[in-house]
Amino acid sequence: MRASNEGRWANDVFSYVKRWSERLKAGAPDEKKRARGANSAFSAIVKKELADYLTSWRMIILIALILLTCFGSLYTAMTTIRDALDSSDEAKEIAKGAYLFLKLFTVSDGTLPSFLTFVSFLGPLLGIALGFDAINSERNRGTLSRLMAQPIPRDYVINGKFVAALLLNAALFLSLGLLVTALGILVLGIPPTFEEFARIMCFLLLCLVYIAFWLNLGILFSVVFRQAATSALSSMAVWLFFNLFYSMVVEVVAKPFLQSDAITSVEQAVGRQELVLGLMRLSPSYLFNESTTALLSPDVRTLGIVTVEQTAGAIAGPLPFSQSLLLIWPQATALIAATLICFAIAYGLFMRQEIRASG
Amino acid sequence: MAAPAVIELDNLCKTYGDHRAVDHLTLSIQKGEIFGLLGPNGAGKTTTILMMLGLTEPTSGSVRVCGVDPVRNPIEVKRKVGYLPDDVGFYHHMTGLENLLYTAALNGIPRAEAEKRAWELLEKVKLTDAAHQKTGTYSRGMRQRLGLADVLMKRPDVIILDEPTLGIDPEGVRELLHLIRDLSRHEGITVLLSSHQLHHVQQICDRVGLFVGGRLLAEGNIERLAQQLFLQDAYVIHVVASPLDASLRSKIEAIPGVNKVEQTENGWDVYCQTDVSAAISKTIVESHSSLFHLSRRDFGLDEIYHRYFEGRDVREGE
Repeated sequence: MRASNEGRWANDVFSYVKRWSERLKAGAPDEKKRARGANSAFSAIVKKELADYLTSWRMIILIALILLTCFGSLYTAMTTIRDALDSSDEAKEIAKGAYLFLKLFTVSDGTLPSFLTFVSFLGPLLGIALGFDAINSERNRGTLSRLMAQPIPRDYVINGKFVAALLLNAALFLSLGLLVTALGILVLGIPPTFEEFARIMCFLLLCLVYIAFWLNLGILFSVVFRQAATSALSSMAVWLFFNLFYSMVVEVVAKPFLQSDAITSVEQAVGRQELVLGLMRLSPSYLFNESTTALLSPDVRTLGIVTVEQTAGAIAGPLPFSQSLLLIWPQATALIAATLICFAIAYGLFMRQEIRASG
Repeated sequence: MAAPAVIELDNLCKTYGDHRAVDHLTLSIQKGEIFGLLGPNGAGKTTTILMMLGLTEPTSGSVRVCGVDPVRNPIEVKRKVGYLPDDVGFYHHMTGLENLLYTAALNGIPRAEAEKRAWELLEKVKLTDAAHQKTGTYSRGMRQRLGLADVLMKRPDVIILDEPTLGIDPEGVRELLHLIRDLSRHEGITVLLSSHQLHHVQQICDRVGLFVGGRLLAEGNIERLAQQLFLQDAYVIHVVASPLDASLRSKIEAIPGVNKVEQTENGWDVYCQTDVSAAISKTIVESHSSLFHLSRRDFGLDEIYHRYFEGRDVREGE
């Protein structure tokens, strides 16, 4: 009796094992293997692109330039702050309450622009340099059709390039930000408060989004234009336009509009101001400047127009972090949206494009 | 035709605006075959190939490659099909081996296996010495051979080669074609190759399709191609005999199947529908001429091509 029971038990186990092994042999592992294969294909693309970026002279030069200028500006900021601190003990006490640490990013003594200015100037350049020949260089080298003949979805190519560039940026800016923080602690002898640290992290995140915008613009142009030079020049033109000329153009247009005799009431004047401000905010670089200023200088209480009456009861003082975030929420959202739109257009165009070996 | 075809095109059309690049193309290619798609530049060869890979959508008609529809499931098709584009490119800053390993990674082949296979293939295409060179320094012939290795990395069932012999020196072409034939014979890989270089195609293809203006004019082996295109003068028999006089000429012309006799430098060319060499030689001997030379002139593809286009000009002129 016992023996037969054991026999049945063994039989059950045996049939279980058999069924499972059959099931394993059949569909499931194949699917799994395939999914893993697809994942590894994507990571292979990202890895290769990342390696390409890291070994290309273009990137090495740009990153060296960014590091050099950032540390240069940091040095001037530090000396300025230290001089102020050394002047008296009282200054030290005041400094603790005044978000001194954030000044590292925004202060300059006039000889060199601040860290913030450098980043807002060189960041787009980095983004463009990463993106402008993403697709068209593959096409011109004849590697795109070879790539397309591999069993990978077409969007892996463009997604992989985007992710690789973004990873590079994230690594660069995170390490840059943390280095600056570390140096600040070493030199100034004042640790950042948690709020300051959070503000710095948000600032870095914003930088990343801003650079991603220019990166996507570069990728978009690399899909549209067949020549890498055309795409590089066009993206530079857009960058120059928004960084330098757009504000000038708006100012020129706004001048007669704002100082017109037709303005009779305060409401009207404010309305017109706001319209001009709205125009300004169409530029991503303006959005970036506004939001980073608000993040790094807690004293900034508003980004819009305020009348004297509105400020009448307000106490001048720094905004808490959450309020600063709230202040820049629309700007940050707009930046992210612009970034996504650029990528979506590039993605759509790329998916529709004819893949030809030549032409 | 019992085995299902590896590549099946049915009434395939592709239009770009007003231009019809591929016009009702119907074609089937069997397993293990080497099929040559022959046609002048701009005939729609590359477009057809791209449709087979699912890189371009057909306007109408259907494609099946290895039983899979590339419009619906391009990735499945690309897992089985290797494609060597014309003017294949590699990443210049990477070595030949690295390029192959990258392809392997895209195909989800584990690293160790990929490395083994890459070396095997590099040896097969005789590039072991250049494996660690950057592909930027490769010559055109080397690139093309590396391309072949690259295509074979994924162990394909079918390889599609677009103008594989373009721009390679004669010795390189010979080696490449030899390699392709070897692959087909020993590994049972189905090969589709497109070219406008006729004698290359002729050397290795089992079947040829003549593709002009988006349409397949004729297909089959070289002989059948000639028969399809030149219904009347499918054979040309060259005769050298002496004396060749008018009475002999009329006798030969009287042989059933002979269409015309033309005088050449040292003899006659007899154009006929069927192979009547035996009858001609008999006629000559019986009329007491001495026969020095009698040969059937085999049509090269060159000649087929040339005669076809020559004929077409005349036909269009009428």
